[in-house]
Amino acid sequence: MTATATTVKISAFTRFVAMLSPGARVAAVVLLLLLAAALLAPWIAPYGENEIVGEFWESFSARSWLGTDQLGRDLLTRLIYGAQNTFLIAGTATLLSFTMGGFLGFIAAVSGGAVDSLLSRLNDMMMAIPTLIFALVILSVMPSSLIVLILVMGVLDSTRVFRLSRAVAVDIAVFDFVEAARLRGERTFWIISREILPNALSPLFAEFGLRFAFAVLFLSTLSFLGLGIQPPEADWGNMVRDNRDGIIYGIPAALIPAAAIAMLTISINLIVDSVISRTSSLKGGRDA
Amino acid sequence: MGIAVNPLITMVLRRIALSVLLLAAISVLIFAGTELLPGDVAQSILGQTATPEALANLRAELGLDRPAHQRYLGWLTSFLQGDMGTSLTAGQDIASMISGRLGNTLFLAGWAALIAVPLAIFLGLVAVHYRDGFVDKLISYTTLAAISLPEFFIGYVLVYLFAVTWNILPSHAIVYSGMPFAERMAAIALPCATLTLVVLAHMMRMTRAALLNVMSSPYMETATLKGLPPFRIVFHHALPNAISPIITVVVLNLAYLVVGVVVVEIIFVYPGMGQLLVDHVVKRDVPVVQSAGLVFAAIFILLNMIADILSILANPRLRHPQ
Amino acid sequence: MTAEQNILRVNQLQISATEQVSGQPSRRIVIVEDISFDLKRGQVLGLIGESGAGKSTIGLASMAYGRGGCEITGGEVWLDGIDVLKATPAEVSKLRGVTVAYVAQSAAASFNPAHRLGEQVIEAALQHGLMGRAEAAEFAIDLFNRLGLPHPEDFGNRYPHQVSGGQLQRAMTAMAMCCRPQLIVFDEPTTALDVTTQISVLASIKQVIRESNTAALYITHDLAVVAQIADEIMVLRNGRMIEHGSTDQIINHPRDEYTRSLVSTHASEWAEAGDSDHEPVLVASNITAAYDKTNLVLQDVSVELHAGQTLSIVGESGSGKSTLARVITGLLPPLEGDVSLHGKLLPPKLKHRNKEQLRVMQMIYQMPDVAMNPRHTVSTIIGRPLEFYFGISGDERRSKVIDLLRKIELGEEFYDRYPAELSGGQKQRVCIARALAANPELIICDEVTSALDSLVADGILNLLMELQEESNVAYLFITHDLATVRAISDTIAVMYQGRLVRYGKKSTVLEPPYDDYTELLLSSVPAMEIGWLERVLESRGELSN
Repeated sequence: MTATATTVKISAFTRFVAMLSPGARVAAVVLLLLLAAALLAPWIAPYGENEIVGEFWESFSARSWLGTDQLGRDLLTRLIYGAQNTFLIAGTATLLSFTMGGFLGFIAAVSGGAVDSLLSRLNDMMMAIPTLIFALVILSVMPSSLIVLILVMGVLDSTRVFRLSRAVAVDIAVFDFVEAARLRGERTFWIISREILPNALSPLFAEFGLRFAFAVLFLSTLSFLGLGIQPPEADWGNMVRDNRDGIIYGIPAALIPAAAIAMLTISINLIVDSVISRTSSLKGGRDA
Repeated sequence: MGIAVNPLITMVLRRIALSVLLLAAISVLIFAGTELLPGDVAQSILGQTATPEALANLRAELGLDRPAHQRYLGWLTSFLQGDMGTSLTAGQDIASMISGRLGNTLFLAGWAALIAVPLAIFLGLVAVHYRDGFVDKLISYTTLAAISLPEFFIGYVLVYLFAVTWNILPSHAIVYSGMPFAERMAAIALPCATLTLVVLAHMMRMTRAALLNVMSSPYMETATLKGLPPFRIVFHHALPNAISPIITVVVLNLAYLVVGVVVVEIIFVYPGMGQLLVDHVVKRDVPVVQSAGLVFAAIFILLNMIADILSILANPRLRHPQ
Repeated sequence: MTAEQNILRVNQLQISATEQVSGQPSRRIVIVEDISFDLKRGQVLGLIGESGAGKSTIGLASMAYGRGGCEITGGEVWLDGIDVLKATPAEVSKLRGVTVAYVAQSAAASFNPAHRLGEQVIEAALQHGLMGRAEAAEFAIDLFNRLGLPHPEDFGNRYPHQVSGGQLQRAMTAMAMCCRPQLIVFDEPTTALDVTTQISVLASIKQVIRESNTAALYITHDLAVVAQIADEIMVLRNGRMIEHGSTDQIINHPRDEYTRSLVSTHASEWAEAGDSDHEPVLVASNITAAYDKTNLVLQDVSVELHAGQTLSIVGESGSGKSTLARVITGLLPPLEGDVSLHGKLLPPKLKHRNKEQLRVMQMIYQMPDVAMNPRHTVSTIIGRPLEFYFGISGDERRSKVIDLLRKIELGEEFYDRYPAELSGGQKQRVCIARALAANPELIICDEVTSALDSLVADGILNLLMELQEESNVAYLFITHDLATVRAISDTIAVMYQGRLVRYGKKSTVLEPPYDDYTELLLSSVPAMEIGWLERVLESRGELSN
């Protein structure tokens, strides 16, 4: 049984990859490389996370491929450890926002009536405040610990997931097969998981990607402002902050972690864009 | 029968009332977020080495021993009267701190919006006109990359090129009151460019999508089958129906602007609201954070309200009911 | 060479489309092949066929236009002596609106919601420089008048959302006629209208094009309608011409077998059941219902249904027939009145009903495309009620599903198929099997044949009637099609604007004397005879000059 299950998974995966545009395939490779770096950090990083390996702001060399930062630490090493932090925090926050927002959004769409009104009003209220501002307000009184960051990012971003998943579910719920399930007497949970969810996979997948990209950017912004991951732990955002004074002297060290962030988010956006444009809408219905 | 009120007016009034309510709700959230969360404010201000008496004194001084709703109402009523209290760290009057900085932020954001909005609509039109052609794909990929880049990346690249390598613009945007206009514009050139690029990409993509949606409507086919010239088809038939979705797009992105301006001010050390807020968050100066946060939220809500009202007005079904 | 007496000449026309399946490269397929015909000035040619026959595509091709990726890949189209396939885009634009005009199927979607109707109607005339604004506006008012629109002087000031569907269809015809074109392409202009509105719109169109000696391509799937207006008819199927001849020849002496089947649908009529001595299965008493506080959608409606019999609820849009179904199923609790099953009251709200109450009442929907979850296989769709109501699973479930497939005349190979792989008729059969799987006593059929081609629809009706004989299930059959009602009903309820206008056994309801509305309804159904339109209008005293 497992052999067939694996072959099914592999063939689904290859079909997926074949569906992507050439740009998106390159992006997928980049994404996998960064993910590998994050997972294998302690084994593939050339030096220790805070190990001093040379003078500050050294240029590219054989010893230090991307040069050193403002304290003389190897940039490549810190990039790899930074990837670990980024994927961990942004990933967890996205999972949190996605499950929370997605679940509530589906419930709102399927229940309708008062439940929908209440959840939507609450969501509108939460969305009325810019995410960054609210995060800053919270972080003025709470410490920038892992849990706080994940909670703040997760809860605030769930509002967007709520809006999208609710819209997707409402679009699907108007189809007669959902009403047929209701008339049969199926319970809400069954309707959500067996009728609606299988038809919502494509937009949800795309949204997950977009939310993850946003979480990466948001986390790095917070770190850049000094309110995210605190040094000496490596994070792409706080690496930009630490090295920014070098720019004025013509030292591009700060651009390297920034470029890493850009590469990650561009890759995600390319893949999501390709998926959205390739998958047809719900039925692929034809006009007469 | 009674007086027949245009349903349009009722909708607009209702929208305004909703915004006021939202603002009130946000003020509660901000207040709750800062004063009710775990974490002793007095402790974080005085640090770990503070004596219990010093902590108690500070708490009494800050009025932390009063019940929560009293503190909230007290804070809100003073705020509405223009009294935002004094800063914990500097002892300055917060209202005057904010008013000084607010003008700078609005100046920067305003110019970015002024450049980005028409440019985005124009590029959106171009992309739709050359749909699926080379120009469209080029614009598409460029904007896709642009929306993926963090603001500080764009900002520092611009600094690296224009301020350091070519040395034609300042890397720090230093402005002061009474500054001559031309100098001020030169000072904000790079931060403004950064903001514009960030917002432009988002806006252009959404404008293109909104336009394509309108272009695929059946009445566009009718116009083609009447043999109308292409110019007229786009401007007379597509555009009036695209105004509402484009307004929505523009305002959604002005929201990006509100957030982006904070980061840009930090990059370029620009004396605006964003820098004010971040500095005082780091210093844990709660009164300033509350007031600045509320001002930002108010601007945000105001923009959304204007967008919704414009959308309502642009809808012919609402302007001319049955 | 004589002056061109043919306004349109089509020669061996071939049209291809791009087929896109996600995950695979797109390919070209030919959807219209070898179509040739001549259309004389002032003549009307009807293009008849089922959905997918290519009639709209051909109509649009005569304007050198391809919708949604369709391209003319072969043959010639000569419009008023000009070879349009070789003309430049500028030349083609000059012809559109001026020489040939288009009236779309959905007038509501075809008008720009942002501009007034009058402005859109005269726009083409102004833009092509045919008349000045004042002259065009006056001509438009004249057209509004001749097409039977109310308050013609004022009508142009309205916005599209302020007028009804029938009025928009007439306005669209006015828009097409404003440039005094030589040829108008009518694309299913009355299909979306109620049958009582259709007859007057049809009469208006016929009168106006006759008066101005305009040629027309009249596209429709309804042979009875086209028989009233066309001089010649071309029968199409799968993009190919089946038969082409004068209207009299096609209607009265069809040569091809396919044409014959189109002409003679609904030949079968099922006998009316006798009086039942059992208690009714379903009784709806004094139902009054509304969606909001102000508009009552149903007023004091009472019907009952016996086992093994068919009650048809017939009415036009706004009659409340679908709402009645929603009340009966519990989706819309009534303001007054109640519904009982075998004498026991049913809870008005769906969520208060138990599984057994839900099981005995099943529903089949109008559009099988959206009535089935595209991600479920046929076996899941049919098998779920078995699992849910009877707890049947595994091998027993499989064999029962195959049994049901056999009942709906589909083979075992359909077990693992997805809805997208089925034809329209097959999809609806699967929906029927899904309803049967619950072993119900009552099935509500909500316009179940309205979205199907007439031949396929006949097959579905026959299947339903056979199943009824076998299992003694009762049908609540909602429809707007009177021919279907005549064929299958035991009892009939005629509804108009929320009220029950006429109710009783078929033999009573369909025999005179009638009430006013039923009279209007019955007489508005087009008969497959030439000259029917004039006869009906004359009998109503509506023929005017």
